[in-house]
Amino acid sequence: MIDPASALGLSEILLALLVALPLAWAVLAFALGPGRSGWVAVPGLALQLSIALQLAATAIDTGTAIHHQVGGWGAPLGIDLRGDGLALAMVLLTQVVALPLALYARLFYLGRGEEEAYFWPLTGLLVAGLNGLFLSADLFNIYVTLELVGLAAVGLVAAGGKAPQLSAAINYLFATLLGSMAYLLGVALIHGAYGTVSIATLTPLVTAQAPLAVWLAGLLMLVGLMIKTALFPFHGWLPPAHGGAPAPVSALLSALVIKGTFYLVLRLWTGPFAAIAPVVEWLPAALGSGAILWGSWRALRATRIKMLIAYSTVAQLGYLFLIFPLLEGAGAIEAGVMQAWAHGLAKAGMFAAAGVLIRATGQDLIGGLAGVVGRMPITLFAFGLAGVSLMGLPPSSGFLAKWLLIEAALIQEQWHLVAVVLSGGLLAALYVFKVIRQAFLAPPEDVHLAPVPRNLEWLALALSAASILLGLRGVELMALLVTGEVG
Amino acid sequence: MGVCGVLLLRHLLRRILAFNLMGSGAFLVLVGLAQRDDIANPVPQAMVLTGIVVAVAATALALALARRYHHLSGRSSLPEGGDD
Amino acid sequence: MTIYELLPLGVLASSLIPGIIIFALPEPWVGVRTALNLFAAVVKLALVGVLLAGVEAGSEFGVSYTVLPGLELVLNADPLGLLFVTLSAVLWLFTTLYAIGYLEGSPQRSRFFGFFSLCVTATMGIAMAGNLFTFFIFYELLTLSTYPLVVHRGTPRSMRGGTIYLAYTLVGGTLLLTGIVWLHNLVGHTDFVRAGILEGLGGAYAGQLKVIFLLLIAGVGVKAAIVPLHGWLPQAMVAPAPVSALLHAVAVVKAGAFGMVRIVYEIYGIEFAQSLDLLAPLAAIAGVTIVWGSLLALFQSDLKKRLAYSTVSQVSYIVLGIAMFGPMGTIGGLVHLVHQGIMKITLFFCAGNYAETLGIHGIREMNGAGRRMPLTTLAFSIAALGLMGAPLTAGAISKHWLTGGAEEAGMDWAVWVLWTSSALNAAYFLPILWRTWLCKMPLRWPREHIPSRGWRETAWLLLLPPLFTGAATVAVGVFANSELSPLAWAQLIAERQYLPVVEEVK
Repeated sequence: MIDPASALGLSEILLALLVALPLAWAVLAFALGPGRSGWVAVPGLALQLSIALQLAATAIDTGTAIHHQVGGWGAPLGIDLRGDGLALAMVLLTQVVALPLALYARLFYLGRGEEEAYFWPLTGLLVAGLNGLFLSADLFNIYVTLELVGLAAVGLVAAGGKAPQLSAAINYLFATLLGSMAYLLGVALIHGAYGTVSIATLTPLVTAQAPLAVWLAGLLMLVGLMIKTALFPFHGWLPPAHGGAPAPVSALLSALVIKGTFYLVLRLWTGPFAAIAPVVEWLPAALGSGAILWGSWRALRATRIKMLIAYSTVAQLGYLFLIFPLLEGAGAIEAGVMQAWAHGLAKAGMFAAAGVLIRATGQDLIGGLAGVVGRMPITLFAFGLAGVSLMGLPPSSGFLAKWLLIEAALIQEQWHLVAVVLSGGLLAALYVFKVIRQAFLAPPEDVHLAPVPRNLEWLALALSAASILLGLRGVELMALLVTGEVG
Repeated sequence: MGVCGVLLLRHLLRRILAFNLMGSGAFLVLVGLAQRDDIANPVPQAMVLTGIVVAVAATALALALARRYHHLSGRSSLPEGGDD
Repeated sequence: MTIYELLPLGVLASSLIPGIIIFALPEPWVGVRTALNLFAAVVKLALVGVLLAGVEAGSEFGVSYTVLPGLELVLNADPLGLLFVTLSAVLWLFTTLYAIGYLEGSPQRSRFFGFFSLCVTATMGIAMAGNLFTFFIFYELLTLSTYPLVVHRGTPRSMRGGTIYLAYTLVGGTLLLTGIVWLHNLVGHTDFVRAGILEGLGGAYAGQLKVIFLLLIAGVGVKAAIVPLHGWLPQAMVAPAPVSALLHAVAVVKAGAFGMVRIVYEIYGIEFAQSLDLLAPLAAIAGVTIVWGSLLALFQSDLKKRLAYSTVSQVSYIVLGIAMFGPMGTIGGLVHLVHQGIMKITLFFCAGNYAETLGIHGIREMNGAGRRMPLTTLAFSIAALGLMGAPLTAGAISKHWLTGGAEEAGMDWAVWVLWTSSALNAAYFLPILWRTWLCKMPLRWPREHIPSRGWRETAWLLLLPPLFTGAATVAVGVFANSELSPLAWAQLIAERQYLPVVEEVK
């Protein structure tokens, strides 16, 4: 066994590397230009993945959170990075999803230089921002990473696209900036009240007797983050952005970016605002239920594949927000993280599969998928597996998430939440099978499919299969979550 | 005022201006609240500086997108409604 | 890993691994695919044989695996599970042979046999599940692997049938899941234990336990096709005949009935269930289903649809047997699980033969079929007589134990139900037998795909399976008292796993 002290020392450096590395290869990618920048991104991400795994293992072994003080300056002057179980779990998810998507994007953009413009530098910035966001220990650093992620994401939606994509990107930009402004205002108010923005310092300071400014700050930050995470009814910007972007971008956005803002709501809710948040605990759950119902309904009515999947994201986000009334009891955070993982992997796989289907059939309507099952079974199987996880059917991580969520709700006797979760699963079945049915339908005449690199199909399958495989073994993930002082 | 501007104005450039208005407002709040004790606290000022940098970057992106959009579609405001 | 852990896994793997390989096989590799299919079926049978011998001698086979803290996947080859495993393994072999013959020349056979294998894997998992959590996982896997089989042909009718099937089974699955999580919450686990796991959960929880029972029974009841959850079964008839055979005799409906057995005996326990007054309503629903199914069968003019409603009725014999408080009822229900499987699969094989060879789908088209296809019609007749409860057949044995169990439990109305159902069975089967044996052949059959050659009335692969299962129908009935009969195994189960202890009856 490695000596715990030196393991932690190494870990601190690794923690910082998780933010520094992607920044480095993002810059390199910018210099190299499209076509060749994939060569730096993939090794970079692979390295990051191994770092994340190493950190997770260390955390489970030592049972404590990992800290790093950038430049050696501690709070309140310096920037603190803190990797407790929750943060490391999200960081690991980011790398696990990003690497296959990077491989997918390499093949996807082969020969399409104009579409690939800026994809790699922006992805590098995105991943750096996400890693930083998960590991930040103070509110203002969160703001900076939040902006970084937001701007990179907008850039990804816009890059290399035509007018509709740009329109979606601009709407996205406005929404995300609105959210950031609200968040920033909240930070300003908090700092004005307590003179610090460190999460660890603030948590014991905020009590139920906090001044009005603090309540206002909490509300602003909550709403701001809700806008950025596209929680119903603030979801308007998401379907055009995720549905209109190229498949790898949609996958990154749906799988990872919105998990970041969800994580922040959770972090703030269980950290600085723990004393005053329970007053509005019904709000995220109510909005989440609305998201599930409305998103599923719109997904069912969609005629384009990627729009269906984008609305599915709107719906699936709702599950994440159902955990907030349950935080007093046990199991809520586990349910939320398992759902984040399940959806992240499954949605990435689903968008990847959709990208292949659209490329092959040369069109993006669901109606055009007739007969695909015979010609592209791997891709359809990838789509199906992802769908199984989204529906919460066993054996999948989506099922485990559903189980954990229902169990947490039953313990606290919140029957309505149980009903919402169960009906959500059935609604998801409706729109998933809408696509699968269409693919099984015998085509009117012979189907003409454009050739698609085989590995694209396999990568989509890998992502979807990962979502299923996690459903067979959740023990390690749960062990990770209990390390450090969470919540 | 800034919020209303963002939500209600249609013309892109005007919305971007509204954003900047909002941002400046937030920064002023930050510094203002920190100055109440009459001591020049460097931390909020550092934060505001960072924030200004971020805001500039965001504005630059917004302007770049708006320009490209105008170039591709010939319009100065976004279309209403969405399609599925 | 000991041999005791490997064997149950081996039973699953014997169809899972070939299934995955078959998916990858190119369509024209018929020989390889057929060999793989048959090899898998034979290996599985061999492994099951070893398990049977071991369990009879008293050994224990099982394996478990932790998915989440507090949630374990458990496979357990107990006598009850082995009853279902053996039935499935034996019938799978025949269905595979039949399917190979039936689908000759059709498109997408690799996909078909891939999902076929997955389906059987799921069934094995259901049979050997050691707790409700494991049961549920394989139960939903069964739903997912049978859907592509139902919609295999890709016609609009198939798709509609598939959608209805899915709607029913997914809703049922949701109800089942609710019950399971709730139960897990109350008890801390959902293991199948002799005499149930709810001892000590007294009066305060009675209300909750009743609701959970309702949820669980409704959940498995969809697949078991009890009224009013049976609507999907006739609609699923659009599937190719081997699929109907599989669904109705081996996998889906039996999984539902089997689930009920597990829930009543090993989650609630028969005594506890009786104390909560849960058995009487269950028996009532079974009774209604038995009569209603038989009645509706009378009015069907399509052969497969008539058989479908007959299944609805017959599977509830099992439920009725379970709901009877007493060993005879238990044995009757369990033994009918096997017997109904054998008889119904024979009927569906024959229905498939008529359709494939002569293009017959409706009963009115069956005049004189006995002259053209005597062997098939012989098998059909034996199975039909069996379902009616004619002496010397498997059905007679079931009926004897069920009526005995009803009297033992003081449920005289159930005896009436069983006799009424036998009469109705006669009413809807005898006309068919009349038509096929005694009516004149038409000048031309609807569509003669397979001409007769001498006394070879249809393809071998289509003919042999129903002959075997038809013979089994009689053999099982005649040799019921031997140590190797399903009846003997059912008595062993009742003896080892349930209270009160069985005495030697008959």
